[in-house]
Amino acid sequence: MAWTAEQPIVSLKNVCKSFGSLEVLKGVSFDVMKGEVICIIGPSGSGKSTLIRCINGLNDIQDGSITVQGKEVHDPNLDKLELRKKVGMVFQQYNLFPHKTALQNVMMAPLKVLKEKKLDVEERAYALLKKVRLEDKAHSYPGELSGGQQQRVAIARSLAMNPDVMLFDEVTAALDPETVKEVLITIRELAEDGMTCILVTHEMGFAREVADHIYFTDRGVIVEHGPPKSFFDNAKDKRTKEFLSQIL
Amino acid sequence: MGAVHENSGVRCMKRISGINAPLKGGMSVLKPFDIHAHGPDGYVFTRWLAGLPWWTPLMIVVIIGVYPSFAYAQSSFSVSDAFGALWRWMPFLLVSGFLFNVLISFWTLLIGTIAGAALGLGQISPFGPLRVFSWFITQLFRNSPWLVILFIVLLALPFEFNFLGQTIRVPDWMKGVFGLSLPVMANISEVVRGAVQSVPTAQWEAAESLAFNRRQILWQVILPQCFKRMLPPWMNWYAILTMATPLCSLLGIEEIITLSRQAMESEDNHPELLVPFYGFALLLFFTYCYPIARLTMRLERKYAVKL
Repeated sequence: MAWTAEQPIVSLKNVCKSFGSLEVLKGVSFDVMKGEVICIIGPSGSGKSTLIRCINGLNDIQDGSITVQGKEVHDPNLDKLELRKKVGMVFQQYNLFPHKTALQNVMMAPLKVLKEKKLDVEERAYALLKKVRLEDKAHSYPGELSGGQQQRVAIARSLAMNPDVMLFDEVTAALDPETVKEVLITIRELAEDGMTCILVTHEMGFAREVADHIYFTDRGVIVEHGPPKSFFDNAKDKRTKEFLSQIL
Repeated sequence: MGAVHENSGVRCMKRISGINAPLKGGMSVLKPFDIHAHGPDGYVFTRWLAGLPWWTPLMIVVIIGVYPSFAYAQSSFSVSDAFGALWRWMPFLLVSGFLFNVLISFWTLLIGTIAGAALGLGQISPFGPLRVFSWFITQLFRNSPWLVILFIVLLALPFEFNFLGQTIRVPDWMKGVFGLSLPVMANISEVVRGAVQSVPTAQWEAAESLAFNRRQILWQVILPQCFKRMLPPWMNWYAILTMATPLCSLLGIEEIITLSRQAMESEDNHPELLVPFYGFALLLFFTYCYPIARLTMRLERKYAVKL
């Protein structure tokens, strides 16, 4: 039952999730292959963020199955820490550690969790900060950085763990239009490097440009999905059309 | 005009915004009624102390000086005799008395902080029984009268015990320290619990996503962010417990109040002695705690969680 690269790296089957009596996800299924970039779009409250948070086990599910590299995420015997070493996550509100500098934020997890050597980690951290074009801000605290800069540090922090999958939960939603661009450029470069990315986003232009596949969710189900071109130009479902006409 | 006049009077003392000056950046907005915002917040005493004017000790001195001269006008033992007696005893009361109170307060703070931190972490433990136990101990000692706890400790603790064949005597002052530590511990426990819970859950989630385990999240991510927030309430409790150290005189521990009483006895117990001697003790406590209270309220303003 070993996982091979030909199988989906992330696979959701009939995922159901409810908060009390409120059903948020009502049977969501999709597969993500290694190196694929998929975007989940949809109106607010349609369960997008909940869905993405289930993939690294921040939220539990009531029914269905989620596997990452063939391992069941919601198996009670699964070592969640091992899973999370492989699945990076970036949040809407950045959530950097405010008492550490940008560099320390990036270095912390590899040092404390992976127990790597400080010199190696430091080298990698500087390289990552350079990648997100923030090498001159290495010694700044999160409070001294703009939203866009903080978000790029957060991306570097996640990448420092060398994950196989990256989850982006509305990472540009709290940013102003100017800084949205710099974050999106970083994510696009990441996608071009072959990182498997699952994005929840409201940036339709960006989704169209980088995604291999788009999923449209509404009221806890996937209403429509397809490659960006056919999805945006030839939407078939009424709800999708309505949503797209409002947003585009 | 009024503001200029006010400032010139207290040039030596900086005003603390929100305490005895208008809140900086405070805008008057209509907020929904919040009952907690109108109840006591744990700084009742320190805020009152910090809000006293700097010339309070001078007023105490004046009162101490003036009051006996009309209260005991008929007596043969004159007020100046009383002050002469105080003058002779002053170095002894300060060094053997008040410094001993300070020593007791340090020990109490040390033990109370260590035990309180452990108890506070127990209150947020994922292990249910430990959480309930810590909560119970915290509530028990937080809501019991300090003097009752002090007496129970004094009577319940053995005054000597055997250790490796040697008899070790527990000094009374150490029992006093232990007795005062218990309520301090319970209150520090609440400080720790409150500070940890004040860190947004998003910080926990971010650390969880990076594969930190619970212990690492607590020690590497959450607690370092809490220290600043814990500092003002911790100092607040230091001021309160220092003010409570005279309770130890009821156990016969030779701190400033006990020694003052003994000194007055050796001066033939003239009633004229009461106000100068106890007034002197009051002055010492004020002088010691006032700067702590001012600093506490200033830090509290500075580190207040900005929304």
